Amino acid sequence: MVIENTDISGITADTTGNFTFPERNKYDSGFGITEKTVDYISDVKGDPDWIREFRKKALKIFLDKPMPTHWATKDLENIKFDEFRYYLSDGQKPKRSWDDVPEDVKKTFDRLGIPEQERKFLAGVEAQYDSEAAYSNIKAAVAEQGVIFVNSTEGLKEHPEIFRKWFGKVIPTGDNKFSALNSAVFSGGSFIYVPPGVKVKHPLQAYFRINSEQFGQFERTLIIADEGSEVMYMEGCTAPKFETATLHSAVVELVAMKGAKIQYVTVQNWSSNVFNLVTKRGIAHEDAVVKWIDCNIGSRLTMKYPGVIMKGKRARGEVISIALANSGQHQDTGAKMVHAADDTTSNVISKSISIGEGRSTYRGLVHIPKHLKGCKNNTECDALLINSKSRTDTYPAISVRGNQHATQHEASVSQVSADQIFYLMQRGLTEAEAMSLSVNGFINDLAKEFPMEYSVELKRLIDLEMEGSVG
Amino acid sequence: MSLKITNLHAGLPDREILKGLNLEVKPGEVHAIMGPNGSGKSTLSKVMAGHDDYAVTSGEVMLDDINLLELSVDARARAGLFLAFQYPHEIPGVSNANFLRAAKKARLPEGEEIDAIKFYKEMYARMDALEMDRSFTSRSVNEGFSGGEKKRNEILQLMMLEPKYAVLDETDSGLDIDALKIVARGVNAMRSPDRGFLLITHYQRLLDYIQPDFVHVLMDGKIVHSGGRELALELEAKGYDWLKEEELATA
Repeated sequence: MVIENTDISGITADTTGNFTFPERNKYDSGFGITEKTVDYISDVKGDPDWIREFRKKALKIFLDKPMPTHWATKDLENIKFDEFRYYLSDGQKPKRSWDDVPEDVKKTFDRLGIPEQERKFLAGVEAQYDSEAAYSNIKAAVAEQGVIFVNSTEGLKEHPEIFRKWFGKVIPTGDNKFSALNSAVFSGGSFIYVPPGVKVKHPLQAYFRINSEQFGQFERTLIIADEGSEVMYMEGCTAPKFETATLHSAVVELVAMKGAKIQYVTVQNWSSNVFNLVTKRGIAHEDAVVKWIDCNIGSRLTMKYPGVIMKGKRARGEVISIALANSGQHQDTGAKMVHAADDTTSNVISKSISIGEGRSTYRGLVHIPKHLKGCKNNTECDALLINSKSRTDTYPAISVRGNQHATQHEASVSQVSADQIFYLMQRGLTEAEAMSLSVNGFINDLAKEFPMEYSVELKRLIDLEMEGSVG
Repeated sequence: MSLKITNLHAGLPDREILKGLNLEVKPGEVHAIMGPNGSGKSTLSKVMAGHDDYAVTSGEVMLDDINLLELSVDARARAGLFLAFQYPHEIPGVSNANFLRAAKKARLPEGEEIDAIKFYKEMYARMDALEMDRSFTSRSVNEGFSGGEKKRNEILQLMMLEPKYAVLDETDSGLDIDALKIVARGVNAMRSPDRGFLLITHYQRLLDYIQPDFVHVLMDGKIVHSGGRELALELEAKGYDWLKEEELATA
């Protein structure tokens, strides 16, 4: 299936990523998901047999598993799996230079500011457009240290000895319906390996861009930080606003070996037609640190609960998250902290903002079994409501057995009051500016956790959301 | 040129509070409004600023040649009206410096930026005048401030925003005598031929330190008596009842 379309006159632009270019896909898996779809993807990608088998098993699990609507929102039932396309690409290999990237794709990433960020502060960039990476590059100095940073297809083909050992091990295929879906049709995402003792000074970044309508993006990321190494990975995501629904369902697995440190930063700004159903989990071995810094803006429904399994002694897991739900949006986010060794520490700080009819839900799981000692957990969830129609729920599940542990949980709900806005407006700020300032104040202590460039971006995104939310 | 209130009727949806109030504050003048509890003093400041709990049923508020009642809260502020709040709000997580910067920036033409060095220089000078510690720049607006610190912070904002007309609502309440002197010094430093002040106060104590040109008595939603500075002292000595009787007698 090749879709011919050369009309580029209809490009609409704005800085939120709400613009699109005509599709020019050489490969299109067509609508719906069957074994044929999986074979099509495997054929196009030239998968080794074990991956083809892996996909097929996953497909079966996906089809068999019911929607988790016994605990999650009924809105999941509105996902029509037959109305998505599961693989779209122009059939080109990722380019090492922006000059070689097709013009419209390059324009897309230019507009999103990616090449500029790369020059300024990144150690490497991967830019994914629909199903495949259009650009992938790592700075020579970083590559020389033995750091591998490629897309998942290249990772599994070129580095099977590392890839296969960990792939699907942190998040088993059957973890949930959407991890199974991803396992069946995954394409793109990053594979990163950092050799022992290597500390990557600058962040590696991936940008996930959806351009096509009625499409599902299923990137698969696997990051392995070997003993004593350190890496920071950042991902950004946008999609144009279509009339129809878009599906984004990623699986991200992190492995921090003894004494390693992985920081994973997400700033997503999905348009409000996107179902964003993502599974993210990391394993922290002895003395290792896995830290998720997660910022969820936009989407119709986001369900995402980054987790850390603290497998080795003194391992540390952290989830720092900010979610903003505007009218028509539901941010269902949280964290999973599984303590599986003595003296492990976890920290969850979650802040959510609900505006208008927007809805935020926090779901947390902390598990400390009886046979361990010296485990600590701190959980803080703060919700900010802007106007009385918005809704927020907190479901913390903390299961601590044994009596040699320390846990604390704090939750708060606050409101931006009319009088606070009046006070700010009396100083000359417009209503939108007043809201923005209040919201930025609410997340201020968390925004400091973001790298500077990203906290600036975060502030800008919040300003844009606020502009749209007041009459 | 003046801040001119003409026959203002306003109140809550179910209750008229201001019942035909007239007042004119010219640049360079300091007016004080005194009155017993419930006379409408705080309502007046909120109505002028545009608080949407209150509705104006008739009358006019003109700032120079701008009809304030047609403008939103923020546009009134940018037109040159400043209100020092009786109970200043806390804005968690927003530093004083960022707040002042945002407020100053709101007054610049679109796309123009604040000169950061100039801004800090000015802010520090103003803070020194108010004997405010430099740490207040990075503290969240009014959060954890004592009553006196909040009031000083209001005056800092007044000094930084340099409005044409400033309304101070019970700025003296909750201040000890030292803080009152500092606040008064700040206000006096801002007195100028280009700026008008309206002090709303319950006690004449404030007027020992900020000497008004005119004193008005507000009772039951109207100015019932106006005079010079000496009127404040008379009120202090005699209370308000004699004015009530006087009003009854003339009615």
